[in-house]
Amino acid sequence: MGDIWEILPGLGDKLAAHVVLSASAIGLAMLIALPMAVWAGRSRLVSRLALSLASLVQTIPALALLALFFPLLLSLRAVFGEGLPTLGFLPALMALTLYALLPILRNAVTAQANLDPEILEAADGVGMTKWQKLTLVEGPLSAPFIMAGIRTAAVWTIGAATLATTIGQPSLGDPIFAGLQTQNWALVLAGCVASAGLALAADNLLWVIEVGLAKRSRWMTFGGMAVVVTGILAALWAQSSGSDERRIVIASKQFSEQYILAQLIGARLEAAGYAVEYRDGLGSAVVHSAVASSSIDISVDYTGTIWTNYLKRTDNPGREAMYETILEWEARENGVKVLGRLGFENAYAFAMRGDRARALGVTSLTDLVGQAPQLTVGGDPEFFERPEWLAVRDAYGLRFGGTRNFAPTFMYNALQSGEADVISAYTSDGRIAADKLVVLADPKGALPSYDAMLMLSPRIADDAGVAKALEPLIGAISVEAMREANLAVDREDEKKVSPKAAAAGLAASLRRPGLDPGPLTPES
Amino acid sequence: MTLAPPLLQFDGVICRFGSVTAVGTAVGGVDCSIAAGSFVALVGASGSGKSTLLKTVNTLVEPTTGRVLFAGEDVSTLKPARLRRRVGYVFQGVGLFPHFPVAENIAIGPRLAGEKLPPERIAELLALVELDPAMATRMPDELSGGQRQRVGVARALAGEPELLIMDEPFGALDPVTRAALGNKVRELHERLGLTTVMVTHDMAEALLLADRVLVMDRGQLVADATPRELLAGAGGAEAQALVAVPREQAVRLAAMEGPMGRPSEREI
Repeated sequence: MGDIWEILPGLGDKLAAHVVLSASAIGLAMLIALPMAVWAGRSRLVSRLALSLASLVQTIPALALLALFFPLLLSLRAVFGEGLPTLGFLPALMALTLYALLPILRNAVTAQANLDPEILEAADGVGMTKWQKLTLVEGPLSAPFIMAGIRTAAVWTIGAATLATTIGQPSLGDPIFAGLQTQNWALVLAGCVASAGLALAADNLLWVIEVGLAKRSRWMTFGGMAVVVTGILAALWAQSSGSDERRIVIASKQFSEQYILAQLIGARLEAAGYAVEYRDGLGSAVVHSAVASSSIDISVDYTGTIWTNYLKRTDNPGREAMYETILEWEARENGVKVLGRLGFENAYAFAMRGDRARALGVTSLTDLVGQAPQLTVGGDPEFFERPEWLAVRDAYGLRFGGTRNFAPTFMYNALQSGEADVISAYTSDGRIAADKLVVLADPKGALPSYDAMLMLSPRIADDAGVAKALEPLIGAISVEAMREANLAVDREDEKKVSPKAAAAGLAASLRRPGLDPGPLTPES
Repeated sequence: MTLAPPLLQFDGVICRFGSVTAVGTAVGGVDCSIAAGSFVALVGASGSGKSTLLKTVNTLVEPTTGRVLFAGEDVSTLKPARLRRRVGYVFQGVGLFPHFPVAENIAIGPRLAGEKLPPERIAELLALVELDPAMATRMPDELSGGQRQRVGVARALAGEPELLIMDEPFGALDPVTRAALGNKVRELHERLGLTTVMVTHDMAEALLLADRVLVMDRGQLVADATPRELLAGAGGAEAQALVAVPREQAVRLAAMEGPMGRPSEREI
């Protein structure tokens, strides 16, 4: 697909968002760390405590730190009211600020501790007040070292800010995550080049200021600061010059199907005259709460996911009953409107190579029971911990010879190479058709259904225009059409297309386009 | 002892220091008054408490008990910043601010008081310590050790202090610079009508510069006499032990200048 030099110019708004987020986080970290460093310089206890806490924060992976702010802010709504944003800029800012604290704090504390005691005695001796001593002596003499800490913080923060994508804050991580999921390496590379370039530029500019401070060159210090301020102002201006009407925000989780459906939904809304915005690559765990809080407006979620993760149910009342229960629960508990089902399922299912299944005479999970002790089953990293696996295992009494974990992409390769005999596939995955796999029937109904549903946030739940634009999608996407679209994005050869192109292809193959949805036909 | 009213008075000053590892007494009860206009040397071995006692004057050290009166006022009741502008302070480390040029270093005291020293006054202060007024724009790291200490003295004098306190002011200088600067300070003391207290471990320097010598030993004031009295044998055993060193050196030097010529010349 496209060359990265063609993608880069289109990343302007992501770059602006990235700059504003990083600069805000570093600025806020300075506001916290510098006074704290002054305090730490006067109390050993504070110094130890502050540095330990800041170091502790560093041990938390940035991705986890970002994700942790979502539940935290959600619980803080009890204090600050429902208007408190739980996704996007605020949690990203808070997490990155925490992350930027350590280098600034550590350098500032070290710089203060290493000041020449004779100069400090002279400052007292000439009659400086504590404040004068701080601003006339300690501050200026520590400044180059503090600046070095700010440089480190800037590079870390600009790098970590790419992860803000996962909590719904636009950044240069958007192309990286979108590219990773759809294996569009040019897009990944473009995002990486842009964020690395930004980090390098910031590092060099701050270096100029640092040297200016150390050599007491006003020209370098103020010149560097002027360029930094200009860059931040330009980013702010670029951000604010976008239209400020509220757009409809469409979320996608981190897999191809979600990117395609987001584009399909977005295209229909744009055709109906709505301004839309995509929040791609959100962490799966935050999407549901984000819709419920209207941080985003539209998502595609799956009945089985909601059933087990949010209703905390482990029983399986059957496909229709499950859907009806969720429909009613979402409206009652969250104000989320389930507009309808798209018509296909993305369920867990057990799949085997066609030739192997025929050789063993296996067509259903029941057939598998006798063969299982001689077979190896492969699953994605979480599968063997999930209630679906436990349900199937116990319902059929399956005892496999071995279990192995694979990343989803490699699971299919493992099946081809014989490292796994059976895998936990996803029913809408394009590779089922491409690899000519057999999906084993589940006669006992142990696996819950995973109907794809269109979810609307409380903010647009009653928007007739949105409902009208999206109703043609209800019941209109067959599992075969979805598999085909997924395969078009996932494949590695020259027929690979972007999620947007796949969405256009999917739009052309909708069942009964423009007509009212008929009753759903169960997929096998 | 003198008729002039005391400018400085130590009143039962005790300074204890305590930390987790050690507890001790640096100054163990000092009573003493210093008249305006006098040049007092405070002499003692390392650890005798002389620097600690000096620092109680500008409250860099606070006495555990006792009071220090400056012009009749308890220094602990004065605002430290204001007190220190009235007391010029020179110490061995000099402590010039490395990020200020010489002129700004000299002008710092008045600047803190909200007063801006004109360039002529800076030049005058530099001339006072025998430095080229063109040095005003230099940075401290461009100066020699002796030049730096001269700037340190100029800085201490810039605020027209009533009292000049000096803590081993020439300790880090070579002997030639040391002697020259000592004489200069004594001359300025006369010319500006200062009251000066100088801490030193060098009895020769004290005898030559001061008009009153206080000897400290293990936190106690053990002698209080004029140089002439000390040379005449007064002041007690500790003081005489300190006086004996330069006296013996002087005798040996005088002997070398006798008719036999210098021993070193014969040995070479």
